[in-house]
Amino acid sequence: MKGSEIIIDGLKRENVDRVFGIPGGAVIPFFDTLYSSKGINFLLARHEQGAAHAADGYARTTGKVGVCVVTSGPGATNTVTGLATAKMDSVPIIVISGQVSTGDIGTDAFQETDFSGLSRSVCKHNYLVKNVAELPKIISEAFYIAQSGRPGPVTIDIPKDVQQAELEDYKYPEKVQVRGYEPVLEGNVKQIKKIPEAIQEAEKPVLFTGGGIVAADAEKEIRNFVEKTKIPTVTTLMGMGTLPTDHTQFLGMPGMHGTVAANYALTECDLLITIGARFDDRVTGPPETFATDAKVIHIDIDPAEIGKIIDTDIPVVGDAKNILTKLNSMIENREPNSWNKQTEKWKEDNPLTYDQENEKEILGQYVVDKLNDYAKDAIVATDVGQHQMWAAQYYNFQNSGNILTSGGLGTMGFGLPAAIGAAYSGTDKPVINICGDGGFQMTMQELTTCAINDIPVKTVILNNAYLGMVRQWQELFFDKRYAQTSLRSDEYCEIDNEEAHIPDHYIPDFVKVAEACGVKGLRATKPEEVEEVIKEGMEYDGPVVMEFFTKTEENVMPMVPSGKPINEIIKGD
Amino acid sequence: MTEKHTIIIKVSNHVGVLAKISGKLAQRGYNIESTIAAPTEDPDIYKISVVVKEDQKGIQQITKQLNKMVDTIKVTDISHKNNYVVREYLIIKVSVNNKNRSDVLELMDVFKAKALDIDSDYIMMELSGKARKIDRAIKLFKSSSSGIDEYVRSGEFAMSELIEQN
Repeated sequence: MKGSEIIIDGLKRENVDRVFGIPGGAVIPFFDTLYSSKGINFLLARHEQGAAHAADGYARTTGKVGVCVVTSGPGATNTVTGLATAKMDSVPIIVISGQVSTGDIGTDAFQETDFSGLSRSVCKHNYLVKNVAELPKIISEAFYIAQSGRPGPVTIDIPKDVQQAELEDYKYPEKVQVRGYEPVLEGNVKQIKKIPEAIQEAEKPVLFTGGGIVAADAEKEIRNFVEKTKIPTVTTLMGMGTLPTDHTQFLGMPGMHGTVAANYALTECDLLITIGARFDDRVTGPPETFATDAKVIHIDIDPAEIGKIIDTDIPVVGDAKNILTKLNSMIENREPNSWNKQTEKWKEDNPLTYDQENEKEILGQYVVDKLNDYAKDAIVATDVGQHQMWAAQYYNFQNSGNILTSGGLGTMGFGLPAAIGAAYSGTDKPVINICGDGGFQMTMQELTTCAINDIPVKTVILNNAYLGMVRQWQELFFDKRYAQTSLRSDEYCEIDNEEAHIPDHYIPDFVKVAEACGVKGLRATKPEEVEEVIKEGMEYDGPVVMEFFTKTEENVMPMVPSGKPINEIIKGD
Repeated sequence: MTEKHTIIIKVSNHVGVLAKISGKLAQRGYNIESTIAAPTEDPDIYKISVVVKEDQKGIQQITKQLNKMVDTIKVTDISHKNNYVVREYLIIKVSVNNKNRSDVLELMDVFKAKALDIDSDYIMMELSGKARKIDRAIKLFKSSSSGIDEYVRSGEFAMSELIEQN
């Protein structure tokens, strides 16, 4: 059997039926074999970064491994941002890259890069296959490693001659065993038993959940836990939807653009039950000011996360689903107390608000809010910046895993390709990409991928003519010196902040861009047009770009200034 | 309080594994004081010793991060364990003249150093021992000779006195 046939057989054995990527010189043998094989659908992206993010969006949506196949050199290097994004958010993807033939490695051959070296620090693991005999074992290991324990990206670099080489006695490994690699999944029962005691002793407990709940598929278990204990809950960006956003115990997202209630609760709690969250600096502020009075329980599958940022009183290493199942069988019902009342009052007194009625320009918050009326329980992909925070604040996430966002790396341009990956998975939920005019321009070539393959991604561009989040920081902390954040300010494209309008010279015209790529384009320039555009866009059968001209200098509020404790939150106007 | 720790890492033996280990430490902002790496009695296993200077929290993160790597089989911080034999190896070349040659030879006897090459104006020798002994030898050879021309230290390496179970 040839190397390229082994790869495809391996993919099938690992239940891969959808693959993303772009061909190139060093990977032609693989594509040649793919050409005549059945059972694997290949989605041709327009840029390898798009392919990697699409594999990521697919993995986040399905819980399966996302696979991306690219060529050597630039094909491989273009996936690095996608790999780093997946690494930071613990998403299982595998990038299979072609490589120059083994004899040419190290000679600066055409399209040669040391990809296993390059990808090393942004991957969970990586392989360079030097002999076709190693290929079956490596493919099975890669799938095992990508999705076991704390999931993460894996690269397999396969030289062209290895793809072409014959292996006589091919056998795909039945079982994978990697010496020294044994993720702890069960959770130490002695440690778990301490948790009900701690809950009983606590007066002001808070449950703090993150992306680990999504990765462990533990939504049902966490909801049971909250039903029983009635503990006020905060959820990181990565875990939005773990509880429905309208749940009584749900206080919102904590941190820099979190809710007042979530931040106050974290600051004042006496017991912090953390599950599948890693105390990111955007959540904690300075760690020495974070939850200072709290006894800290930290449940995580990665032992290296325990004690990394915050000292832990009760660490439990293992899979959140397993641990919660055990925990739920031990805990008794807890009645809401005065602390519950306090947190509810914070929530009531400090709702997330915006004032569209007294504003003649469109507010981004309003657009996101209106999406709730036309796209319930959708899968929402985002880019990074103001629109991302508004999506987290105003979209009513009902289920975990419905937000696809680059939480750790903060990758602009992630939204559209991730949404493509989600929609290509065959989900019956609507898939929306909420983005800004800045990030959209980083990967908008993938609109073509949508059109050609009829992938019905609904893109919502909140066009404020700025790199909005950076502009917000410049406004608040750099004396309104908007250095290089205006996206329309050349000699023809002056921004008039007083009037909502489409400038005469406006580049690029996203509706025309959409149409040029074969995608329907819609635009709203006034608040009263918003609903109509959303309605038309969501009802349209196929991919759509909906562009909204939003108020240019609108800020995301509330906000905790960088370096401040999270209870020193600026509530807004 | 920062302290020197010697950490022994057993890893699967394949191309690039040393780069992975040192890269992981660099990526997390930790500085390697010395390192030594070599194959072992098991051809599939490679043993790497690193000496790092960190506080307790740093050492904890280092061992956890190293343990997390797929290639890693076992990580042991031997600094506070006494059932390990720890050694470092030194080759040193000192300048001598007729006046101080006998002092140097005497010192070599004390440190059980073995001469590797001797000429009228220098002596090259080897010796081994704990890192502290090597430090002291370098200091004393410097003061009793006409100066040190060159030396190279291996960095610490170690072996457990117990029979290890894999």
